[in-house]
Amino acid sequence: MATAILVLAEQLRGEIADITFEMLGAGRKLASASGVPLYAALLGSEAAPLAARLGLADKVFVADQPQLNLAPAHTIAVALKAILDQAQVGLVLIGGTNGSIGIGSFLSAKTGLPLVNFGRAAKLEAGAVVVTSQLFGGKILSDVKLADGRGIVSIYPGAFPVEAGKSEGTPSVEKVDVAIEAPKVSFKQYLEPEKGDVDITKQSVLVGVGRGMQTQDNVQLAEDLARILGGAVCASRPVIDQGWLPLSRQVGKSGMTVKPRVYLALGISGAPEHWEGMQNSQCIIAVNTDPKAPIFDGAHYGVVGDVLELLPILIDKVKARKG
Amino acid sequence: MNLYVLLKMVPDTVEELNVATDGKSLDSEFLRFKLDDPDEHALEQALLLKEKHGGKVTVVALDAPEVDEVLFTALAKGADRAVKILVNQSGLGTVAAARVLADYFASASDKITSDTLVLPGSQAIDDLEGELAPSLAAALNLPFVGVVSGVTLAKEQAVVTKEFAGGLRGEFEVALPAVLGIQSAEKPPRYVPVAKVRAVMKSAKIETVDHTPPDRLIRLELDRMYKPEAAGRAQMLEGAPEGIADKLVEVLANNSVI
Ligand SMILES: Cc1cc2nc3c(=O)[nH]c(=O)nc-3n(C[C@H](O)[C@H](O)[C@H](O)COP(=O)(O)OP(=O)(O)OC[C@H]3O[C@@H](n4cnc5c(N)ncnc54)[C@H](O)[C@@H]3O)c2cc1C
Repeated sequence: MATAILVLAEQLRGEIADITFEMLGAGRKLASASGVPLYAALLGSEAAPLAARLGLADKVFVADQPQLNLAPAHTIAVALKAILDQAQVGLVLIGGTNGSIGIGSFLSAKTGLPLVNFGRAAKLEAGAVVVTSQLFGGKILSDVKLADGRGIVSIYPGAFPVEAGKSEGTPSVEKVDVAIEAPKVSFKQYLEPEKGDVDITKQSVLVGVGRGMQTQDNVQLAEDLARILGGAVCASRPVIDQGWLPLSRQVGKSGMTVKPRVYLALGISGAPEHWEGMQNSQCIIAVNTDPKAPIFDGAHYGVVGDVLELLPILIDKVKARKG
Repeated sequence: MNLYVLLKMVPDTVEELNVATDGKSLDSEFLRFKLDDPDEHALEQALLLKEKHGGKVTVVALDAPEVDEVLFTALAKGADRAVKILVNQSGLGTVAAARVLADYFASASDKITSDTLVLPGSQAIDDLEGELAPSLAAALNLPFVGVVSGVTLAKEQAVVTKEFAGGLRGEFEVALPAVLGIQSAEKPPRYVPVAKVRAVMKSAKIETVDHTPPDRLIRLELDRMYKPEAAGRAQMLEGAPEGIADKLVEVLANNSVI
């Protein structure tokens, strides 16, 4: 790899998002191993003041332009292309977040660089970068080779440690001014998260339910368990999409990030978009009929079995234990 | 409104997935296919928009196992036309798929009009080369918003809700025509009885469109595909349900929740 690595820094409401530090840490490793510089791109007038937080980068390209705040993917790709044209960049890292979805595709279309989605790991191999992607809801991995280390990689949040991307150093800053056409997509307003009856981010026990619960009625069983454990019920996306529980109970990429003492994953497969929101729970207990469910790759305790059969028995035993 | 829903078949992950002997693809022998989750929602969103604003819903898919049934189901739910492009989806990367679909939208009968909204699902579980929606938007030079969970129409624009993280969402105005990656419809996808699908299979037809297969299926150099190694972190609790429940009670007690 003979060219620089560029990380697209992400911020939300004036804060650098953790995914940025994850990518800087991962990028720094690759850059050091191949002796190339690590750059970051900070786009928009809301982001510009945050350059000092990206100390791990050798240089930060800053476009202090209001048109780049919450700009559509296409516009962000135009700005990145402008930076690529002026610096010798071979590898671009972009967060696999809802906010950044599509940027890599537009940049790929504009530059011809191949895009690798769902990246979980990256390593150097004889000048090439090999990216490991997680496919099919986490059931399959695939290794993709970027010859000469040239390409765009979208990184799953949670793939790399956040702390490794933080540094006290002061990066050098280079201002860029991007020519931007009037976009056909414009941001109007934020819609704040729905306030639910319970705040699942504050619970020490969460009973997480997934599609494996099969019906809305069965969710009641989980409610019963949550009540006697002094916790609350939360859910994966399909449960929320079916209207079985309110949006405020969703855990994952679009939903809440939770870190309870105990997280029970009942009939949840462990797709990366769910995992993202509960991976830092202190103790994860998974119950699933499928022994190959990805949730077992990360849980602390696993039960292969029918949750609908197990729940009533478990509820009785917990009651008995509590006396 | 001229509403297009793009449907993609993906392997059903409830089944066991195995890697083929080439080490670079899935073993197709025992694969079962289903419509990708977000695509179900894209169809529902299109049907809701049609009910509100009128217009026509066309569902479009590339050729894949079990796709006919999915197309007929879409017709039974209320889509007006179902189109199958005779290019095999297997092994086709996102970029090539977007190219094929862009060609389709360049044809005289399915040209993009000022009131066209193209609705792919937000993301598919095998989108190794990126999502279809932005690739297609790039190929068609149309505006794009992804992870959309709400669409309303007003004059020449759509007002869409896009999901961020932590339950935070944003409202965006998008000039039409546009491509929107749909994550969730405003209502759960409707159910349609099998009998109705059967009836539609008899009365309706799937239109087919010929297309020469792209000469390059995927732009990425795939080294290998494999199953994740069981991280071995999970301690598996085994036995009859009674015994497992006892062990779980111990685990809960050890973590001081009871
Ligand atoms: C942009 C984007 C954002 C997303 N955001 C989120 C998010 O915020 N949160 C989220 O959760 N998902 C999110 N998703 C969806 C995510 O990709 C998965 O589709 C989802 O997490 C799957 O939910 P699930 O595990 O309940 O369902 P499935 O994956 O269908 O799994 C159901 C599981 O139940 C098991 N099962 C079935 N019956 C039983 C039984 N009787 N007993 C025990 N187990 C049983 C099955 O073996 C299976 O493993 C997002 C996706 C995208 C593309």
